[in-house]
Order: sequence, then C-alpha cells, then structure tokens
Amino acid sequence: MSKITGSQAIIKCLQEEGVDTIFGFPGGAVIDLYDELLDSDIKHVLVRHEQGAVHAADGYARATGKVGVALLTSGPGATNGVTAIATAYMDSIPVVVFTGQVPRALIGNDAFQEVDIVGITRPCTKHNYLVSDPNELVATIREAFYLASSGRPGPVLIDLPKDVVASMMSFPERKPIKMKTYQPTVDPHPGQVEKACKACLKAKRPVLYIGGGVILSNANKELTELAEKLSVPVAMTLMGLGGFPGTNPLSLGMLGMHGSYASNMAVAKSDLLIAVGARFDDRVTGRLDAFAPHAEIIHIDIDPTSISKNVDVDIPIVADCKHALRAMNSWFDDSKEFEQKAMREKHQPWLDQVRQWDEKHPLTYRDEGDIIKPQYVIEVLNKLTGGDAIITTEVGQNQMWAAQFYKFNEPRRLLTSGGLGTMGYGLPAAIGAKLAFPDKTVIDVAGDGSIQMNIQELATARQYNAPVKVAILNNGYLGMVRQWQELFYNKRYSATVMEITPDFVELAKAYGAVGLRATKKDEVEPVIQEALATDKLVIMDFAVSREEGVFPMVPAGKATTEMLLV
Amino acid sequence: MKHTLSVLLQNKPGALSRVTGLFSGRGFNIESLCVAETLDPRVSCMTLVTRGDDSIVEQITKQLHKLIDVIKVTDITEGEFVEREMVLIRVKAEANTRAEVLRVIDIFRGKVVDVSPTTYTVEITGPESKIKAVIDILRPIGIKEIVRTGTIAMARAPKN
Repeated sequence: MSKITGSQAIIKCLQEEGVDTIFGFPGGAVIDLYDELLDSDIKHVLVRHEQGAVHAADGYARATGKVGVALLTSGPGATNGVTAIATAYMDSIPVVVFTGQVPRALIGNDAFQEVDIVGITRPCTKHNYLVSDPNELVATIREAFYLASSGRPGPVLIDLPKDVVASMMSFPERKPIKMKTYQPTVDPHPGQVEKACKACLKAKRPVLYIGGGVILSNANKELTELAEKLSVPVAMTLMGLGGFPGTNPLSLGMLGMHGSYASNMAVAKSDLLIAVGARFDDRVTGRLDAFAPHAEIIHIDIDPTSISKNVDVDIPIVADCKHALRAMNSWFDDSKEFEQKAMREKHQPWLDQVRQWDEKHPLTYRDEGDIIKPQYVIEVLNKLTGGDAIITTEVGQNQMWAAQFYKFNEPRRLLTSGGLGTMGYGLPAAIGAKLAFPDKTVIDVAGDGSIQMNIQELATARQYNAPVKVAILNNGYLGMVRQWQELFYNKRYSATVMEITPDFVELAKAYGAVGLRATKKDEVEPVIQEALATDKLVIMDFAVSREEGVFPMVPAGKATTEMLLV
Repeated sequence: MKHTLSVLLQNKPGALSRVTGLFSGRGFNIESLCVAETLDPRVSCMTLVTRGDDSIVEQITKQLHKLIDVIKVTDITEGEFVEREMVLIRVKAEANTRAEVLRVIDIFRGKVVDVSPTTYTVEITGPESKIKAVIDILRPIGIKEIVRTGTIAMARAPKN
C-alpha cells in the first residue's frame, strides 16, 4: 500500500466523515495541515479568535445534527478554544477539535507554543487523544468522530504533534468501529418501557419534561406523538425548546428559573413527571426537595450518570430518547387498556387546570408607550420571521427573552449555550449555522455586553458571506447580573454598568455591514423589516428600557412555585 | 460507608489522570488508590477505596463507567472479598527497645527488611485494620518513617 503524509490522511478522514466545512485559525504547529487544505475541497473558515472557531463548529453541529469540526494551532490557539469546548461539552454537542502540538521530541520541554491541552481539556471533553504514533492517527480520528456523534454526544479533541502530521503512513480501510470500553445503550429495556407506560395509564396529572436529548436524538416527532396520544402537557428546558412545537396547545413553554408560571405549577402539582433527555439541572429544579414533590418520576436518558444524580427516579429508562419514545408509542398502540379518547377525557380536568394557570399568569410584560421593551423586539422578530428563523443567543437576559417570547416550532432552531452559559457564543454560532443553511434567516439575539465578547467574528461573517442578523437588546448594563443586584443586593450595581459601549451602527459600517438603530417602539418593526429584506450582514441596535427584568423568576435556592412575577 | 472499587482500565497514558480528575472534579473522595498492570499488559487494575452513601457510590460507579478508558467497575464491598495492604515502618530500635520491636512484628507476622545501628525497617502485610493496629503499637516506641501501599482487594472465588 502506498504511503501518504499525516496531513493527507487527516483530509481523507474528514472526507470519509462527510465534512465539508471546518473552522479554524492557523499557526506553526498546524502549518503542514493548512498547506494540504489548500488542495482539498473542504471549505476552511478563518475565524478571528479560536473561541469563535469552536463555537462556529458547535453552531454548525447544533443546526445540522452533523459533527462540527475545528482546527486550532498549539499553545494559545488551543487554550483559546477551551471555553468553547466546555460549552459544547455541557450541552452535549458533537464537535471534533484538532489542535496542533509541538513535535514529539519537544513535548514536556516548555517548547514555544507548547501546552498540555489534553490535560487541560480532560474534564471538558467526552474524550481526548494525543496521537503519539503515526500509525494510530487514522484509527484515532475515526474513533473520535464515532465518540463525538454516538451515545450522549460531546466534543472530542485530537492533539497532533507536528512531526506525526508530517510522517508518512498507510491509510487503512475503514471498518465499523467496535470499542470494548464504550457501548452506549440505545434500545430501552422492554420491562422498563412497560412499567413506564403503565404508570402513564394510572396518572391523573402527568407532565412531560423534555430537554436537549430530544433534539440531539431527533426524537421530536416521536415525542409529539406521545404527548398528543396521551394528552400530556409538555414543559421544555432551555435546551429542549423546539423539541415540541411551541405553538401546540399542549406546550407549557419553558420551565425553571425563568419558566412560565403554568409550567412550574404543573410540575409542582403533577403526579407523574416524564423526563425525556433532560438532566434535572438546578436552573430547572430550584430547591430540590420541592421539585415535583408528588410525582412518580420516569426518566429516559442515554447517559446512566444523569439518572438519579440530583433527583431520585422511580422508573429509569437508559436509552436513546427516540428509541424509547418509539417503544412507548407502540406499547400504547398495542395495548388493550389504552384508548386515546378516554385518556383525553380523563386528563381534561388537569389540562383545564393548566390552562387556568396560564391564563392567570401568562408570559407577559408591561408596555410603556414609546419605550422599546426587549420582549417586544423578540415578539416582532417572531412575527416577521414566521417563527422559522434559526435563533442564536448570547447569555443573560437576551437569552431568556428569546427563549420566552420566540415560539420555536421546530428543533435545531434555537442555538444557545445552556449549560455553561457562555457569553460570546451567539455570533460565531450564528455564522456556523448560516454557512450550513445559507438560505435560512439566522439571527443572533444579543446584549450590548455579550456581543462584545466575540464581536471580532463580524469580519468572519463578511469574509465568508454569512449574512447573519445581530439584534442587540442594548440596555447599557450587564442586564442579568444587574437584575440580581436589583433584586437581591439592594440595587448596588457593582461593575454592571457599561459606561462606554461602541456606537454599534458605526461599528457595523466599519466591518462593512449594515447598521440600524431603533430608539422608539414604532421603529422596531421597520428596522427588523429592513434587516430581513437585505441579504447583507446587519447589526440592529435596539435601545431598550434599561432596567427591564426577566420574569417570572425563581430566586436561586427557592422552590419553583415561589416565582416573582411581572 | 467505605467502599472498595475494583476498576479495570486501559493501560494508556492519561487513563489514571482521567480517574483522579473525575474524583477531584466532582468532589468525591479517595482514601487510597493502587494501580498496576494485569496479566494483559494493555489493561491495568486499580483498587480504589472511597467513602460515601449509596447514591454517591452509585454515581461514582456510573461516572467511572462513562470514562472511555474504563473497561469494568466492580464494587467488591458488595460481596465477600479479601483485601491486603503493605506497610514499611522504620522504627527506633536501640538496645532497650530492639527485643520489643522484634516481639511485636513477630506477633503481626511481619519481618525486618533493613537494619541500621538505631533502627529496624519492618514490613507488615494485612487488611487495613491490622496495619492500623501495628502502627498504634509501634508508635510509642518511636516510628521514624512510614510508607503504605494503600489497599488492594479481590472478590472471593465462588465456593462451588
């Protein structure tokens, strides 16, 4: 067999995996690979900061369901990527990150641009590798893609010493991957499925609590089928939004710290909680002993460590959400005890109760004449995009308002850093999504604080023709921290006032983008219309009411029924 | 409650660090840790002693399983098992105490492995309780230095 270089082998591996776009930033340790990239048909997107590369790969992965790929150089290139790797890890996003490394002979010598990135990223990757033998390179890359995309997905990092990439090697034939130490349970245990279904038959006040796992396993159809079959209301985590249609009458919207009144009340009063691909995060549960206190709990998750980690589960089902939901649906189809209409009638009083809660305290805000309310901006975005844009967010109030007021009817429409809460995620993620779906409208809902964390990626968006629309809800504050200071720290606004922010309209121009501004309510709609009408990169600067808060709010450590309301 | 876990893992660079990183990162405690190659040089066996209630130990076991390099995790405290630890103790052995030191280590079936004009270095093997007992008895005589291996353990073979 003829030998090829490590660079050629890496490119061939990427082609095998169907990778068409990668995001990266070159440097000495990866210069060979960059040289080889020039002759390949893989599109390389040069970001302006390595964090942006991994976020863009992550956004690409969330939007498409495929593995996102980033390529960084050694040392600072690799460490700049760490925040974004941790972001992908917390949200279980399939990403493969290649990092350059100094030649093997120099490892451990404090060589120029050397860092132990495998050591640094061990706790924030699903797995990682230092390729120390050229003959292992191809097998390692194949295994990395398999690990990233199977089971509970996650980021995998491959550290590539420069001399390994420059070595000659053979390119072995591709075979199905079998790992002795890694065999995720995909199919549910039939006995557990039956137990779960029987619990559903008994329940009077059931609630589905769904998370990002539903989206990762593409189980939205199966979930919708189950919810409608059983007439069960559906509460979604931030990561689960879009896993069930937000405009479906059974949707309760988001639950948890900034969840809807109805969703938190429904969970608190439920007698059966069916958790699907969710992990009982503290932002969802609030005070643990008051979370779903009367409910029997079914938990479907592919990761056994998620089960009974925070909350004791009565009926665990370790499986891929799609497979488990499909098994439950067919159990009901085959069951003589189940009749859809009778179930609907049995649950009607509960559904009525839930509707009453929603009518009593719907998601809302106070309109104040001319002043732009940030929630209104999201409502108009929702209206003018028909709820069908891909929305990325930064982190903080902008993220919560987007989650509350944009109605996500499809999965993979909301790309947001849920677990890690990474400010600066939205813009590079939007670029990744836009490059994957050039015909879709992609909007980054941002704050004036968080947009500045990766604003340099505007240049990337321009260079690669990724005309995303950035909607800045500009309140001159780090709004979410300010809100906590207002509520819990006697309005002592320590370090949350953004005394200087750039003129975002002029800044847009400096980057060759379109800059638009709205300072009054009636300017919001025309600005958004103009932004959506152009095929250019746009920044919209909305001067919103400065001290607006996100409500409902469950203060940290309180029960989710103890909500502060509008 | 004390749990002794036996963990089979790939004998690869960084595998041990993945395990210890898991414990420190998630706030689980490690009382002792012993690791060496098995008959198959590609696989290591680790004996890990930890403390926690059942839900914590369940979480530890699951988290260990989740590590890609881990092959098998057994909580051997769940069944019958044998455990051993070895300790080297350098104890003061001067004219007036030599005989007593020898008597004590004889009782514990230890042996002297090194001698200097003023000290004996003794080797004792046994379960943790025995190691503790011998240390308690030698301490008043004067322990100069002590090195312990940590526990290794094995589930007992089936009786039939």
